[in-house]
Amino acid sequence: MSYKIVVLAKQVPDTRNVGKDAMKADGTVNRAALPAIFNPEDLNALEMALSIKDQLKDATVTVITMGPSRAADVIRESIYRGADEGFLVSGRAFAGSDTLATSYAISMAVKKLGKVDLVLSGRQAIDGDTAQVGPQVAEKLEIPQITYAEELVKVTADSVQIKRRLERGVEVVEAKFPVLITVHGSAAPCRFRNAKRVMQYKKACTISEQQEKGMDYSDLWNQKPYLKIEEWTAEDLNPDMSRLGMSGSPTKVKNIENVVLTQKESVVLSDKEEEINTLMKELISSHIIG
Amino acid sequence: MNNIFVYCEITEEGTIADVSLELCSKARKLADTLQTKLEAIVIGSNLQNLEAQLYPYGVDIINVADDSRLFPYSTLPHFDIVTNLFKEKQPEIALFGATSVGRDLAPRISSYLRCGLTADCTSLEIGEHSDAKSGKEYKNLLYQIRPAFGGNIIATIVNPETRPQMATVREGVMKKEVYNATHKGVVNKLDVEKYVTESDFCVKILERHIEEQKINIKNAQIIVAGGYGVGSKENFKMLHELAELIGGEVGATRAAVDAGYTEGERQIGQTGVTVRPKLYVACGISGAVQHRAGMDQSAKIISINTDPKAPINSIADYTIIGDVCDVLAKMIKTYKANTK
Repeated sequence: MSYKIVVLAKQVPDTRNVGKDAMKADGTVNRAALPAIFNPEDLNALEMALSIKDQLKDATVTVITMGPSRAADVIRESIYRGADEGFLVSGRAFAGSDTLATSYAISMAVKKLGKVDLVLSGRQAIDGDTAQVGPQVAEKLEIPQITYAEELVKVTADSVQIKRRLERGVEVVEAKFPVLITVHGSAAPCRFRNAKRVMQYKKACTISEQQEKGMDYSDLWNQKPYLKIEEWTAEDLNPDMSRLGMSGSPTKVKNIENVVLTQKESVVLSDKEEEINTLMKELISSHIIG
Repeated sequence: MNNIFVYCEITEEGTIADVSLELCSKARKLADTLQTKLEAIVIGSNLQNLEAQLYPYGVDIINVADDSRLFPYSTLPHFDIVTNLFKEKQPEIALFGATSVGRDLAPRISSYLRCGLTADCTSLEIGEHSDAKSGKEYKNLLYQIRPAFGGNIIATIVNPETRPQMATVREGVMKKEVYNATHKGVVNKLDVEKYVTESDFCVKILERHIEEQKINIKNAQIIVAGGYGVGSKENFKMLHELAELIGGEVGATRAAVDAGYTEGERQIGQTGVTVRPKLYVACGISGAVQHRAGMDQSAKIISINTDPKAPINSIADYTIIGDVCDVLAKMIKTYKANTK
């Protein structure tokens, strides 16, 4: 019996540690200054998937990512670290997707893989923090979900035991396959790249990337078919088109406002001890502190 | 107009969670604006005193599913009860706490009902909307307002076509306010067997360890909070020193938490805790809107920053221009000198 494990991963702008370099003068974030990275919790999910694969005989790990053609980086990175294969879901039909349309597209991609035993993803992506896509994909696949996974406690031939991280503690749950697991950032970090796999797969790319580079890889792909990263467009998923992209997204952005800060009359002090002393005295005498 | 629903969470102690009562307070106001009723959904085991807990917050109908298998929370049975109830009652609006329960349950429900869900709203209002493309006019939509990635931007999200309009809200964002101490409603007992199936219990809870809450910044009257500008875990100790001295708690921005300077429980802001202390000392915090959303109702704000142009300064009562560690050391010293 062979097992199929799927990891859902996303490429995101690195919104962590938005330091001064990435802040514009008006206090907004300069997106262009933020590198595109592998969503951190998706790496925790990849690690959990790989460690399940290590414990089950005859299991494969498949990565699915949705995004523009450069998101193939996520698939290459996953393969370097031990994933077997990856699929990029890409195309204009997906533009403007909210979480519901995204989860529909991803669930159709998972269904295209046939029988799947486990689906893992990060708890949430750092560019939106909604944590919605995981549970929504689980519902669309009609399988149970285990969110906030922190530790893989046990794997058997047909089940997993998972420790979940809750606000005020932990719980251990058990579920039979198939099940979807969303993985918390406190779970084990992902193993490093394997140097051999980097050598073997560094030329792996999608058709779009080949075109962008102006290269012809058809001979290479004939010899080494594993270097071709499959790219699925909307048509490949055989979807109800009305459920994709903008038309499949019930949430609409009504408007976006720049926040105009109502200027308070802020008393500006220097770091001189006398000035700080005056402030502390004032706070104490007005019973705010002390 | 159909009713507004609040999914009410049950705490370890068996009471209704604060976040749910806060949502009821907000939902009551929305219901008054829309001239509709407020319904609560409570799912648990051996539930007690629900009426006394919920009616004062303006709940008109309490839908109760009580069964020994329904606590602790597990996704599928709660999912089946809520979705079946929603199919019967067709709510206009449905609100959930943005907790580990609400954020597990609400997306699955929205997926099944194919309706829009907005996470971590910081404000909810009722308003009109006209669709630019179709030219269609909508009245009395729920404005789901939240900061958006990109700094000082607030996005208003609407779900024009799908019902219920769903949103999650973090604890502390809405105010818990008694609506009317003598308000009375009715209880609607749900036949659990009708809603759940045996296969809903396929995920088995083997063990649970729930700890006492160690850090409680939500109710702290004084908060000394640090941002990425504090610079290191080591420097954060200065914040603890001042906080301890003046009887406060230490808070942090998300950037500081992500950088590993302090624990995630201390995070203040849209994806953390919302606080309203009488004093907020913002150390090395630039003041992104996501952070300000969680602290801008503080009574007094002191900002310590090397940058005179940091956005936080414009909502601060006092701005001290200087190095965080240096200024904190002077605050500690002068406080001690003045309270001897």
